[in-house]
Amino acid sequence: MYVFLFLKNNFSVVLFLFRSVEHTDGQSVLTDSLWRRYSEFELLRNYLLVYYPHIVVPPLPEKRAEFVWHKLSADNMDPDFVERRRIGLENFLLRIASHPILCRDKIFYLFLTQEGNWKETVNETGFQLKADSRLKALNATFRVKNPDKRFTDLKHYSDELQSVISHLLRVRARVADRLYGVYKVHGNYGRVFSEWSAIEKEMGDGLQSAGHHMDVYASSIDDILEDEEHYADQLKEYLFYAEALRAVCRKHELMQYDLEMAAQDLASKKQQCEELATGTVRTFSLKGMTTKLFGQETPEQREARIKVLEEQINEGEQQLKSKNLEGREFVKNAWADIERFKEQKNRDLKEALISYAVMQISIRLHLVWTNSYLCLSEL
Amino acid sequence: MPHPLAGSSSEEAVGGDSTPSPDLLMARSFGDKDLILPNGGTPAGTSSPASSSSLLNRLQLDDDIDGETRDLFVIVDDPKKHVCTMETYITYRITTKSTRVEFDLPEYSVRRRYQDFDWLRSKLEESQPTHLIPPLPEKFVVKGVVDRFSEEFVETRRKALDKFLKRITDHPVLSFNEHFNVFLTAKDLNAYKKQGIALLTRMGESVKHVTGGYKLRTRPLEFAAIGDYLDTFALKLGTIDRIAQRIIKEEIEYLVELREYGPVYSTWSALEGELAEPLEGVSACIGNCSTALEELTDDMTEDFLPVLREYILYSDSMKSVLKKRDQVQAEYEAKLEAVALRKEDRPKVPADVEKCQDRMECFNADLKADMERWQNNKRQDFRQLLMGMADKNIQYYEKCLMAWESIIPLLQEKQEANGFQLVFIPWWSL
Repeated sequence: MYVFLFLKNNFSVVLFLFRSVEHTDGQSVLTDSLWRRYSEFELLRNYLLVYYPHIVVPPLPEKRAEFVWHKLSADNMDPDFVERRRIGLENFLLRIASHPILCRDKIFYLFLTQEGNWKETVNETGFQLKADSRLKALNATFRVKNPDKRFTDLKHYSDELQSVISHLLRVRARVADRLYGVYKVHGNYGRVFSEWSAIEKEMGDGLQSAGHHMDVYASSIDDILEDEEHYADQLKEYLFYAEALRAVCRKHELMQYDLEMAAQDLASKKQQCEELATGTVRTFSLKGMTTKLFGQETPEQREARIKVLEEQINEGEQQLKSKNLEGREFVKNAWADIERFKEQKNRDLKEALISYAVMQISIRLHLVWTNSYLCLSEL
Repeated sequence: MPHPLAGSSSEEAVGGDSTPSPDLLMARSFGDKDLILPNGGTPAGTSSPASSSSLLNRLQLDDDIDGETRDLFVIVDDPKKHVCTMETYITYRITTKSTRVEFDLPEYSVRRRYQDFDWLRSKLEESQPTHLIPPLPEKFVVKGVVDRFSEEFVETRRKALDKFLKRITDHPVLSFNEHFNVFLTAKDLNAYKKQGIALLTRMGESVKHVTGGYKLRTRPLEFAAIGDYLDTFALKLGTIDRIAQRIIKEEIEYLVELREYGPVYSTWSALEGELAEPLEGVSACIGNCSTALEELTDDMTEDFLPVLREYILYSDSMKSVLKKRDQVQAEYEAKLEAVALRKEDRPKVPADVEKCQDRMECFNADLKADMERWQNNKRQDFRQLLMGMADKNIQYYEKCLMAWESIIPLLQEKQEANGFQLVFIPWWSL
């Protein structure tokens, strides 16, 4: 499946058009293109987060420009920013399309093919109701007793990754700012060398070419920084991926906590039952107190309560079994996707670093040659 | 098989000491952006062409051979700090080698301090007023801002003082000046200074007696042109000086950020497994680039700015010489006019007016000759300066290049292990 995104500006709203080309029986079919807004991408992602909590769901590009090096590009309507966001959204869809599990999702398919009423279709799944409440998740994080160590480590890693990439992006923006200053001040040489060359006889030509070289140098910074933005975007994707990693860890903590609570609840019920059966009161209970104060309950009443408890215990044991199974399934599947993610991350970041290095090399090479050319022309 | 980029181009990149063979020079054509690179030698072909300074050295050598055979060589070196009760100061060793008859011995070695150079210069101005005397580096240094005893400052000064003496040495008239001779040879210069010997040349004596107060109506065209040229020249150099200082300031601020940027990659590297080595590599690479940039800004401060300032000082002193010439001409013209007004029958011009005319014509001739010499030297100096700067820039870029190139193999090895054959083909080898 191939996805291509194009842009259209409609007053203050940016819409995205895409076509998907499907291969059915070796034939390419160009389906109709349709329009999607950024908010619909968000909706798609939120849906995927709920239905695939064990998957590291690809992140969306930033809604607002952050880590900007130059005040101007903080504008969300800036064409360069919009273009970079388009690339980010295209990338987002490609990542889903190439994911072994996510690519088969029906809602995703409809996102690419269903023109109208897609939003309603998504909402009809009732995914919002299935979403875990933030509060519940936070509570679980603090109270869980025995989470899988791998997930705890992963959570620490994702926190640190987020922190270090943010720091990197911030400093990179400052570096870019300063570099811009250096290049632009060189531009001032252009005019003065030109003026100086006017009063010289033999030196005139050499000075003119020196001045021209300075102007070219000064104006080259815009392209250089544009290329650097691409590198920054690649880093940003993994900054946001860290959040997705953490979401999977949170889900595990939630499930684990749920499990622990269920086990705890079951254990207390079993104990209650035992106490009622043997008549020993080891745990405090209101019923126990009132019986002490107001007289013993009848054997029939006790019998009834034991019966209820035994039913609850049975239910509880079933639930615990299924929760345990669920938990283990989750850990297995999540870890499989995390391994997949790790490989992807290492590959992608290596590529990003190579491109960055190659870019730096080509800039320097170009400067070596132009400076040498300048030297020889002066002769 | 070594990585295509692992081949070190350091032999040609570092310094410009090795002079390239002529064929190597011919092999490079810099027509349009199509650059033909030499084969063999460095496998990577990433080396720069022979550094410009080494090329320039070859040219200068040729110049010397073409020019007159030298019989006077002067070098300023070996600065030493002297700590006395009253003051602390630096002396420089002046070594002179000469076959001229004016020198009793073939070789001399004396020690002089800045004060002595300053004395020499004022004596030269006094005794050779019709000539352009080279400038000295700035006398006063704002204490607290610049350390007068720091290595960089002393070295910058030494180079300027050496230049000063070499310029006098090259001058056909100034190099024979008596004060200059004493400066180079006398064991006790202070004793000589105290004698207050005024060794003025004929012209010096003559010009000394030129009375001020005569106003020149119009400067002759050629001297007016020189005056205008010097005005604009000094103005442009001043602007370039300001821009250069601004650039250095911006580069330092850029450096500050770079020094924070590099280590963040190290921090990241500590979190990772497979990516640890490449990230650490990037951190080291950025560190190397930072160091290279620091060296570049130091070079700009030590080599580029002082020459600009020196030429601004030069223009100023030249403008005063022009003014003096104007005075000489003014006096002559005034006296000539006075004679004309006296309505004498005898067309003969009185002796003192003749003397004035003689004085003026000598001054004009000396000044014109010196201007031409100055223009030639200025061209050479600035060519060397600008190419030197371009060369330093090239060295900086090459250091950065090598740093970034060293990362590539770190990132590639692992890729091959995955079964992907990522072959990095640099475009410049195609």
